[in-house]
Amino acid sequence: MDFQHFNVKIFVEGELTVDLQRFIEVFHSWVAEQSMDEMMIDIADYRHVPAGPGVLMVGLEADYSIDHNRSRFGLRYNRKAPLEGNNQDRLRQAYQAAASACTRLEAEFAELKFSRRELEVFVNDRALAPNTEEARDQLRTEIDTFVRDQLGQADCEAQFNADPRQLLGAVVTLSNVPEADLERPLVLA
Amino acid sequence: MKASNAVWKERLRGQLPPQLAEEIDTFETEIELRSQDKADEKVFAETRLRRGVYGQRYDNGQRHDGTQSRDLPFADKVTKGPHTMWDAPGMQRIKIPYGGLNPEQLELLAELAEEYSDGIAHVTTRQDIQLHFIHIEDTPALMRRLAAVGITTREACGNSVRNVTGCPYMGVCPDEPFDATPYANALTQFLLGHPDAQNFGRKFKPSVSGCEQHACGLAQMHDLGLVARVRTLDGQEQRGFKVVVGGGLGAVPRQAKVFDEFMPPEEILPVAQAIARIFGRHGEKKMRSRARLKFLIEKMGMEEFKTAVLEERAKLPEDPRWTDFVRDIENHEEQPLKPPGELPPLNGNARLNQWIKTNLRDQRQPGYVVATIALPLGDLTADQLRALADIARQFTRGTVRTTVEQNFVLRWVSKYDVPALYQALDAAGLSEPGASNLLDIVACPGTDTCKLGISSSRGLAAELRQRLAAKGVELDQALQDLHVKISGCFNSCGQHHAADIGFYGVSRTVQGFKVPHFQVVLGGQWEENAGSYGLPIVAIPSKRIPRALDLITDYYLRERQADERFPKFVGRIGKAKIRAVLDDLTKDAPAHEDEPDFYADWGDPRQYSIGDIGKGECAGEVVTQYEFETTAAERIVFEAQIHLEEGNASQAAKDAYRAMIKSAKALVQLQYDDVTEEDPDEVIDEFKERYYDTEVFHDPYAGPKFAHYLFAAHEKAGQNYDAESAHHLIEESLLFIEAVHSCYNRIRSAGLSEAGAS
Repeated sequence: MDFQHFNVKIFVEGELTVDLQRFIEVFHSWVAEQSMDEMMIDIADYRHVPAGPGVLMVGLEADYSIDHNRSRFGLRYNRKAPLEGNNQDRLRQAYQAAASACTRLEAEFAELKFSRRELEVFVNDRALAPNTEEARDQLRTEIDTFVRDQLGQADCEAQFNADPRQLLGAVVTLSNVPEADLERPLVLA
Repeated sequence: MKASNAVWKERLRGQLPPQLAEEIDTFETEIELRSQDKADEKVFAETRLRRGVYGQRYDNGQRHDGTQSRDLPFADKVTKGPHTMWDAPGMQRIKIPYGGLNPEQLELLAELAEEYSDGIAHVTTRQDIQLHFIHIEDTPALMRRLAAVGITTREACGNSVRNVTGCPYMGVCPDEPFDATPYANALTQFLLGHPDAQNFGRKFKPSVSGCEQHACGLAQMHDLGLVARVRTLDGQEQRGFKVVVGGGLGAVPRQAKVFDEFMPPEEILPVAQAIARIFGRHGEKKMRSRARLKFLIEKMGMEEFKTAVLEERAKLPEDPRWTDFVRDIENHEEQPLKPPGELPPLNGNARLNQWIKTNLRDQRQPGYVVATIALPLGDLTADQLRALADIARQFTRGTVRTTVEQNFVLRWVSKYDVPALYQALDAAGLSEPGASNLLDIVACPGTDTCKLGISSSRGLAAELRQRLAAKGVELDQALQDLHVKISGCFNSCGQHHAADIGFYGVSRTVQGFKVPHFQVVLGGQWEENAGSYGLPIVAIPSKRIPRALDLITDYYLRERQADERFPKFVGRIGKAKIRAVLDDLTKDAPAHEDEPDFYADWGDPRQYSIGDIGKGECAGEVVTQYEFETTAAERIVFEAQIHLEEGNASQAAKDAYRAMIKSAKALVQLQYDDVTEEDPDEVIDEFKERYYDTEVFHDPYAGPKFAHYLFAAHEKAGQNYDAESAHHLIEESLLFIEAVHSCYNRIRSAGLSEAGAS
């Protein structure tokens, strides 16, 4: 199964204490500088929507958001344009883009930290990746491989939402992360 | 952009209604041809608009970042229309006839919001659903998926018959004579793609209301409005409709006029067809600003228009669809899922009690209620759409509708189920109280996504909501009943004309910087299907609007008589006194260095701009003279309103015209000092030569239409005006003054010398 349009959401560690208005300001500067790998176009403000997309930086090939879906804050990368390569290449690209944005935001706000233990991975395309048992098995394999080969962790728990109406995806919790690794750079080498 | 677009085409092959499938295939081909530059860009633009594929802000590839306008680095491809980059994301409007949706459709909309948009579905003031940031190459797949659940985007935009809106309480409202739903449905099906409705110069908006007294269908602001009525003839009760035509909001709002006090159902479709033919044949085609049906009716006069329509009707060849739908119509009725019930004890849950008070309405069927799901700014997430689908299945037979107040209603809820329903909605974040009241502020997209937006209507609405919600139940009931509606510009997509308190975005120059403002609109009436329209009384800086709202509502509470409703209060007190209450808000702007936030819009940290910020090259004296003159013009047109309130239409018209001349003179004086308003002919000649003929005055979107208001007023100077025509002249005068401000801002931005200054 060929997965395209990977989404990676890296959760905020603990409570989000940064006012969302400040993310709007940072995102505006990123659009002005065109400093992402993708072309960025504008900011969408959904702070008024409960458990919604929060603050969204809209791009042509991808969106970045401080997402509050399911009432958990995190930096979400939504890959919109298809990519060449295999599933691991595409998952790595989405993770790297999210991790890079997280790193920049951590540098911007001292009080902000993103989790090194927990993230969400999903595939934003129901035609290519229906939320079936077979697809969940395959995504589980891709996640295991990614966690082992890219994040250097031996084990993880992937909690899937089996509602077939939902996008194929899982909340991934890395097991037994050593204390030292909790301060590791998010971006992969 | 989506990798799966071809998969959907293959997967849904043979599963769609053949006509829809063919239309979408054709549109896909048209996209392909345009992408290869083998189709004309203007033709393609109208083609995509008629499929609901709309432009969005920044799609011209320019974006102001607060200090300068920058190019967005879109790839160099063909355009989707004039000045519209191919890859720029756009908006997809999805027609929802009379707002009716079922759970399967809600679930599909959730999928589309996630996969093609930003995870949000937006309910519009005409009961459509809009998805933003869509790539044009994804639209055929999106349309196929919609077609698979019985939804079309055909004629959602463009010069076509738009969504047939309808009162969301049709069929369950205690005040209606009968359920008009099947008639709205018949009108929708009949007009969709009808060959006689393809040659309009502008859009055509129909609406169906179940009754006259409420606002839910807004018949009075539509090109074609049907209001359900019954009459007794020979001892038999007959169903029918009052038919009104020529209503509309936009820059020049008009109340619809009565075409027929009682039209039998069998005549509705052929008469609608005849109206479409007359509109297509005689409606304006070249000048878009005069191309709506309201202008044709004004030009022809109602009697002549009606005669032409009825003559056309008589010539039409018989069509079985005119009457087929009527045969079984009286048997039409939605069915409940649960038996009727009584409201169980509520155990002192204050929030639930408040929600019941503001969000539930009794149905005419005993034991059932309609629950309104109030959506902040009309937005909801994909998860909320799925939750709503589940809830609709759990408590009803899937009977959901959108409303013109950007909400959903859930019909046929057994009263017994109310606490459980509330709990389910609450778990999904859908239990906001305050439906249809002061908290339930309506706003168009404004500068968030609309190309025409001047000020941030959604930003202001979010701010006001937050402040009002903090006051919550402490708000006096008289205030809770108010309707606040906000548009990002004068085009009135937020329906500000029909609000108790309306706002629309304008721009002003303060201390050399542009500052977002909102005009405060008073005198509108939401009830009786938007029975009257308000007028702007003063422009106030955007950041002071919350204070303005406080001042107006405090004044209302202080001065109202007994149970006096707000529109009556405004009529009794008069706009001059209310404006005086707001006067301080127009003065003493803080210096930019002291309070830069004053010079930015709500929720947007960028220095406010509606284009490139000017570099202040104008001579200070010239600016001072200009500001002096335009401020005087605004005062004069306000005085015109006061004269109109006092019943002096003639003086109102004179002042409205004088204000236009004065503001035109202000522009002329930027180039030629010696012009005097004592000689209006000279002002007109100079304005025409310097600003009209050179197209300097032409609005980037509306073209020369505001100048035409001036010329028309000048031609009619000295003629008699009645109250209605004076009201229209005041509106045109206000718009002309706004256009003068816009022109001045453009000139400042470009530098006076480029505007041909001598």
